[in-house]
Amino acid sequence: MNIPAALKDSAVASLIALALFVPMIGLVLKGQSLNIQLLRALFVVAAVFAGRMLISMLLQSGLLGRLVEVIRKVLVYLSPVVGLVERRSFRFIGLLLVVLVAVPFLPGSSNYLIQILSLTLVYVILATGLNIVVGLAGLLDLGFVAFFATGAYGYAMLAQYAGLSFWAAIPLTAGIAAAMGCLLGLPVLRMHGDYLAIVTLGFGEIIRILLVNMIDITGGPNGISVPRPTLFGLGFTRRLEEGQLGFHEFFGLPYSASHRYIFIYLLILAFTVAAIWIFKRLREMPIGRAWEALREDEIACKALGINHTTTKLSAFTLGATFGGVGGVFFAAMEGFINPSSFTFVESAIILSIVVLGGMGSIVGVILAAMGITLLPELFREFENYRMLVFGLAMVFIMIWRPGGLLKVRRKTFARGGHGG
Amino acid sequence: MYILGQQLINGLILGSIYGLIAIGYTMVYGIIGMINFAHGEIYMISAYLFAIFLALAGVFGIDSLPVALLFTLAFTIIITGLYGFTVERMAYRPLRGSTRLAPLISAIGMSLVLQNFVQLAQGANDQALPPLYHGVLRLGGEEDFVQITHIQIIIVAATVISMAILTYVINNTALGRACRATQQDRTMANLLGINTDWTISLVFVIGASMASVAGVLITFNFGSFNFFIGFVAGIKAFTAAVLGGIGSLPGAMLGGILLGLSESLFAGFVNTDYKDVFAFALLVTVLTFRPTGLLGRPEVEKI
Amino acid sequence: MAAKADSILVTEGVSIRFGGLLALAGISLVMRPATITAIIGPNGAGKTTLFNCITGFYRPTEGRIIFRPDGRDVVLNRLPIHKIAQLGVARTYQNIRLFGQMSVLENLLVAQHHFVNHRLISGIFQTRSFRKSEAEAVEQAWFWLEFMGMEQLANQDAGTLPYGQQRRLEVARAMASRPRLICLDEPAAGLNLQESEELNQLILKLREEHGVSVLLIEHHMGVVMSISDHVVVLDHGEVISDGTTEQVQQDERVIKAYLGEEDAEELQSVTKGAG
Ligand SMILES: Nc1ncnc2c1ncn2[C@@H]1O[C@H](COP(=O)(O)OP(=O)(O)O)[C@@H](O)[C@H]1O
Ligand SMILES: [Mg+2]
Repeated sequence: MNIPAALKDSAVASLIALALFVPMIGLVLKGQSLNIQLLRALFVVAAVFAGRMLISMLLQSGLLGRLVEVIRKVLVYLSPVVGLVERRSFRFIGLLLVVLVAVPFLPGSSNYLIQILSLTLVYVILATGLNIVVGLAGLLDLGFVAFFATGAYGYAMLAQYAGLSFWAAIPLTAGIAAAMGCLLGLPVLRMHGDYLAIVTLGFGEIIRILLVNMIDITGGPNGISVPRPTLFGLGFTRRLEEGQLGFHEFFGLPYSASHRYIFIYLLILAFTVAAIWIFKRLREMPIGRAWEALREDEIACKALGINHTTTKLSAFTLGATFGGVGGVFFAAMEGFINPSSFTFVESAIILSIVVLGGMGSIVGVILAAMGITLLPELFREFENYRMLVFGLAMVFIMIWRPGGLLKVRRKTFARGGHGG
Repeated sequence: MYILGQQLINGLILGSIYGLIAIGYTMVYGIIGMINFAHGEIYMISAYLFAIFLALAGVFGIDSLPVALLFTLAFTIIITGLYGFTVERMAYRPLRGSTRLAPLISAIGMSLVLQNFVQLAQGANDQALPPLYHGVLRLGGEEDFVQITHIQIIIVAATVISMAILTYVINNTALGRACRATQQDRTMANLLGINTDWTISLVFVIGASMASVAGVLITFNFGSFNFFIGFVAGIKAFTAAVLGGIGSLPGAMLGGILLGLSESLFAGFVNTDYKDVFAFALLVTVLTFRPTGLLGRPEVEKI
Repeated sequence: MAAKADSILVTEGVSIRFGGLLALAGISLVMRPATITAIIGPNGAGKTTLFNCITGFYRPTEGRIIFRPDGRDVVLNRLPIHKIAQLGVARTYQNIRLFGQMSVLENLLVAQHHFVNHRLISGIFQTRSFRKSEAEAVEQAWFWLEFMGMEQLANQDAGTLPYGQQRRLEVARAMASRPRLICLDEPAAGLNLQESEELNQLILKLREEHGVSVLLIEHHMGVVMSISDHVVVLDHGEVISDGTTEQVQQDERVIKAYLGEEDAEELQSVTKGAG
């Protein structure tokens, strides 16, 4: 083993770390003076040295390669879940569904857990919508949060100003979001790749700025409260509206807030299943194939008689519809929304779910959505380090698997029969 | 009339800052075709470094303001460049030659890392720098006048000087030739003996240095900053780069100044709250008529 | 116009200018239905540019392109690309343009997009008519795969095929869009002798069994002379010769364009000396 070389690499790395971290970590601004904490910086530098040394050793001994290989093998073959996922994705989804339906009724369940799971499912709906736009149609959208916001605020405002119920608001809001998707689609039809990225990002920011500034309508930064959904007119709140019958009264149960959490959760679960099912169908339909073809080669696509304008617009429109529906559910589960839930970071998170999961992949997106919402919960003690670790994880996963966690399994066709 | 003049000056200052940051986006895009999403954070880091080194100069008892500034400026540029270098090495280089989205996600991740790193290291509070320098130039009468602070003049001058140096480096030096060659055809440049890896690193360092000039200037001017300023500045500068035609250096500056001016005029005469809406609307309008920006070469795909 | 009576494609003085370069300078030609017309000419003569004009990627600065799929004249000049394709013009590309991450069979399904039931609701609920239309499209796809002898590759990603198979798939994909006129831009480029020979037989078979008119850009003279009914020679954006294979072979301008002025004179003096 070539220890001097490893030492040299590590020395260079720690020199760089020294230059980077001594001012930033070691000298803390305190008004106009400095709070000098050199030890802290040196500790980080030492960690860099040790880490680099470790990597060098592992690399030299070929251990790192073997380690990665072993991890991969463990993940793919030994873990029944991942193995199942790669080979039998729909059985996996079925199993997952059973578990998810059962969770609220299991002993250890809590409102908090149900709320987190609801959020995860909202992310699955959102990511499925964005998966149409980015994964299938290959249109880089950095402002998907705009449709999420449209859905959430659409429901809140329709309820507040038009007195519409949750159930009436869903189709209406979905329609509004779809129209917004189309509206965004129009100017960007001629733009390619990264031009598209910045325009969509701008669109997301515009929506957020409007939400913050149109205080009379949206409540501005203070937000707006959202009525709770009902089930066939049965309410889930402790204080019911005039003439409204409560869920607990109807079933002769004592009032419990968890009814509401469970109801909304199961509702979102049902819609998530529907969203995934629609996505799966779309992927195997002419329109889905046209999206993918457009992503692969726009020129060849046009020359085969596909109208690229309507095809792109339909991707934006449908994706936005999913985003809008996700927004309605988010508002319903939170009961109160404000613009800080609809920032660019949200768009980035949804996009990461799509890309980390493997573009176009259904199971990948479900796993990534769970990872991104559930893992940080496990590390709540490290609250402050959460976003830092999240960012690092994004970088590392991309380096480890640039194509995302799972590769899309394409539909296979058998001669003489139907595809299967 | 005087309000117009004042807004034009403010817009020019803002635009210079956007332009300087936009250089980093446009150069990186030109050479490896990726949006370096973490670039705005590099700018934010430079603002912190500037304040830190300035305070350090105080600790070392450097009393003369020009000397302290020179010392601070040099260190800030160097260390910020090093941040640019490290980001490329760690987050982007391993992804070279992979899909188009992978580096973008990695960059978004890096941007979160840097933001939260600074927040953890330096705290989430707004930081403030005392006004260092007060000189003001007044044009006009007692009541109506256009006010230009000396710092604003310095900003414009520093921008012009940095642009001149950069243009000279790109057009007349071996380094610049290597950059241009790598941009045109990386494989060919490699075959001709150019170390393209180093050239790409260099582009990141140059981009970060330009951003650090912007960071220093803006801190000098406004005196306050926090760990979140990179995001908005980054978006604006990226918008400027696209507006001017991404990949084009003069385009980045033109886009920056245009964006700064229109924002400032809109804020001054119409509405402050919606100035960003106006900026993005301007971008969409320009891109609708010129899909590759003002000075960008039209994409011709050979069929 | 009498010449048009029995034709599938007519170009009338088609010109296109790129800045200072006149890439096509008044191309007029008439193509008969169910024939193979070869377009030959040195590199940069404007062959691909002519294809791009016909298929709508470029707008001619002057002239008209008339397509006659069913006896009726359609002027293509101002139509969008996908409309031209829907009228029955298909093409392949000098540089392969497959949908690389889609399977071979899916490539052929995409080509049938405007024949299948592509309504959203029918697809999501998989109505009977939708399933029927899909099954037909899949059947068509298999037909073309069989025609090209690539059934066993149906489920592979198109991008992973060997080069020769990719070329074939491009032709199959163009045919799956049920064209009346198919424009093949150097389909044999990069193929070895045997692959190229097989492809020629397939092209002949396309015309004979499917009545499609073929416009073919080809560099290999042996191929051109053996399978074309009609040859058009382009040089510097002009038609320098137009006729049967024999007529073109004997045209002095063609020999000059291919060999260069001096070489041609030399060749002539050599032949004279010999004769
Ligand atoms: N989009 C374009 N812009 C400018 N010049 C072009 C364009 N397309 C083709 N040309 C030029 O037109 C001429 C003919 O090219 P082409 O049709 O590709 O020749 P070939 O006969 O080899 O297929 C060439 O000089 C080429 O450079
Ligand atoms: Mg050609």
